[in-house]
Amino acid sequence: MPVPKLPLLQETIRNLYFHVCMWFAMMILFTISVVNAIKYLRTFDLKYDIYSRHFAVTGIIFGILGYATGTIWASYTWADPNKPATESFSTIARDPKLIGAAIALLVYFAYLILRDSMNDMDKKARISGVYNIFAYAILFPSIWILPRILPSLHPGNEDNPALDVKNDIDGSMRVVFYPAVIGWTLLGVWITTLKIRFSILKEKRMSV
Amino acid sequence: MDHYFKDQVLDFKRKKNVSMIKSKKTILFIYLTLLSLLSYGQNGGVAMADEMRSNGKIYVVIAVMATILAGLILYLYRLDRKISRLEKDADQ
Repeated sequence: MPVPKLPLLQETIRNLYFHVCMWFAMMILFTISVVNAIKYLRTFDLKYDIYSRHFAVTGIIFGILGYATGTIWASYTWADPNKPATESFSTIARDPKLIGAAIALLVYFAYLILRDSMNDMDKKARISGVYNIFAYAILFPSIWILPRILPSLHPGNEDNPALDVKNDIDGSMRVVFYPAVIGWTLLGVWITTLKIRFSILKEKRMSV
Repeated sequence: MDHYFKDQVLDFKRKKNVSMIKSKKTILFIYLTLLSLLSYGQNGGVAMADEMRSNGKIYVVIAVMATILAGLILYLYRLDRKISRLEKDADQ
């Protein structure tokens, strides 16, 4: 598949199929998680609570992978090759998109810590369900709104839009990109269903 | 107070759990792997035409793919071990 020839990015533009898809998958998994949290709070069926937890965990895994791939990509595009990497690091680390994503992931880490620190099943499920909604709400300002307002190296700004038709993404890339998003997301959903089946089985054994 | 055992506390030694040591090792392994990845991404010095930047920086894409694969495989390996532990419990 041909890709647009751009200076600086060069072949790394193909990372779009991996790095960006990780974040898309994370976003979709967190959305499923919050939907299940609301379902739990409406019905108080513990099944939905288990769903909610595991979708959040898989979302975090994809978020961490997105962050790790982002560091590698940035090291070879944003960092100045004429200076030692440590000098460029201070400017890269200040990027609002990176800080926002870190905040979002930390909020979800806190979700897991909060959840697993409680023993009472119903209390745990109820509090973590409410916290899940809060975490999802904080996700939007921290990764979608704030990085777009502040000047950032990361694409997705006013003068540097992501998934732009004119500049970086042409039709041939979209043909690969959208199926890749669906594929990575389905992989995440599959892993999550395995985990859900596992923990429902465990739950059943515990109650017997 | 005759029924009070003086050395009661001494019997309460912490047992060394094998699976605990194992999981600690696994966590250390993952941590060190990630650490090496970070340093891999930020090699110092003047890096103009090093290997990562050759052939239109295609190796950056390969590094990214390898990271994702390694991450997912490690995670699935852990899940696999959890399931086999449950299976073992089911047999008993």
